Amino acid sequence: MKPSDYDFLQKFLHSRSGLVLSSEKQYLVESRLIPVARRAGLGGLDELVAKIRMAGSMELKDDVVEAMTTNETFFFRDKTPFMHFEQEMLPTMLKNRASKRRIRIWSAAASTGQEPYCIAIKLQEARAKTAGFRFEILGTDISKEVLEKARTGIYSQFEVQRGLPIQMLLRYFTQLQEIWQIAPEIRAMVQWKQLNLLENFVNLGEFDIVFCRNVLIYFDQATKIEILNRIAKQMPDDGYLVLGAAETVVGLVDSFEPVPNLRGLYRPKRATQVSVPASSLTGFTPRIRAIG
Amino acid sequence: MKHCLVVDDSSVIRKVARRILEDLNFSTSEAEDGQQALDLCKASMPDAILLDWNMPVMDGLEFLVRLREEKDGQQPIVVFCTTENDVAHITKAIRAGANEYIMKPFDRDIVEAKFQEVGLV
Repeated sequence: MKPSDYDFLQKFLHSRSGLVLSSEKQYLVESRLIPVARRAGLGGLDELVAKIRMAGSMELKDDVVEAMTTNETFFFRDKTPFMHFEQEMLPTMLKNRASKRRIRIWSAAASTGQEPYCIAIKLQEARAKTAGFRFEILGTDISKEVLEKARTGIYSQFEVQRGLPIQMLLRYFTQLQEIWQIAPEIRAMVQWKQLNLLENFVNLGEFDIVFCRNVLIYFDQATKIEILNRIAKQMPDDGYLVLGAAETVVGLVDSFEPVPNLRGLYRPKRATQVSVPASSLTGFTPRIRAIG
Repeated sequence: MKHCLVVDDSSVIRKVARRILEDLNFSTSEAEDGQQALDLCKASMPDAILLDWNMPVMDGLEFLVRLREEKDGQQPIVVFCTTENDVAHITKAIRAGANEYIMKPFDRDIVEAKFQEVGLV
C-alpha cells in the first residue's frame, strides 16, 4: 500500500470514527479492507482509496469505517465487570431507585451484542429481587452491520463457547442446527441504536450505568477526554461507569473517580460535589408506606 | 502445576489438546478410551479431564458415570469435548456429572474460556 494512501486512511478514519491508526498497522488495514474492496467490485486497495478520496460513495466510506472498527467480542468478556454488576451496581441502584423504579443501562460499544445480552441475562437471573422495577438496556455501536447481527441474537457454535457457561447456553439459547439464538425474553430486554461516540448523544437521556469497555483505547487522548466528559454529563451523581480491564480515567479526566477496591468501576465526580443522597438533590420526600 | 488427562481415540486431537493445555500451564497425560482413562484415574486422580464421547471399548459417558462412582471420583473437573453438539447430549452429560462441555471443532480460546469457567485457569 502506498504511503500516501495509508496517510490518507489514517486521517480519514480518525476524522470519521476517532480511530487512531499507528504507522505499523498496515497489515491490519490490508486484512480488513481487501475484503471490502472485493465486495465493492474494486481491484484492490489502490482503487478503494481512490474511490473514498472522491466526494460521495457514502456507503463505501461507511463500509471502510465498519471494517476497521469492528472487533471480536466474547460473552462475559472478563468476568469482573459482570460480578461487579451483580454484587455492587445492581444492589446499589435497586436501593437508590426504590422510588423511581426505573434503571437505565447503556452498553456504549455493544458490537455484536454479547455485552448487553450478558447484562440482560444477569438481570433475568436476579429477577426475584427486581420485581416492580423497569430496566432499559440500550446497546449502541458505530457499525450498522454488527448491530444487525446483535439484533438477531444469533451466534455461531464458536461464539457461544467463548465466555458462556454451558448451563447458561442451555437455559437462554435455542439451537438451530449449527447456530444458537438467544431466548426471545432476553432479546426483548435490549434496544439497539447506531451511534458514533464522536457525535452528540445528549438525546439518549440519562443512564444509571454505562458500560464503555475496550473502545476508548482506539481513540487519542483528547478524544478520550472529550467522550468521557460527555458521558459524565449523561449520568446521575450515583451512576456507575465501567471501563475495560486495561483502561482508566486516572490522570485523564476529573469528571470521574475510581470506586475504591472495585477495578474498572468509576463514579461521576462533580466540581462542587456535596455528599448528599441523590434523592434529596431532586427534592424527593420519601413517602411512608405500608410494609408487607 | 495442575494435571489434565486427555481422553480421545484420535491421536491428532490428543496432540492438539495437549499443546493447548501445556500452553495453559498444565501437565498432561493421554488415554485412548474410557477404560484406559478409568485405570489411570484409579491409579491417580487428575485435576481435570478433557473427555471425548464416542470411543471404542468404553465411551465417554460411561467413563464419566463410572468415574463419579469411584472413591475421590468427584474430584476431577470433567470437560466434555465432542462432536455431539445437540441439547439432548449436552443435558445428558451435565446430568451425569460433567462440569463443562466443548463442542468440536474447538480452538485455544474455547479451551481457555471453558477452563476459566470451571476455575481451572
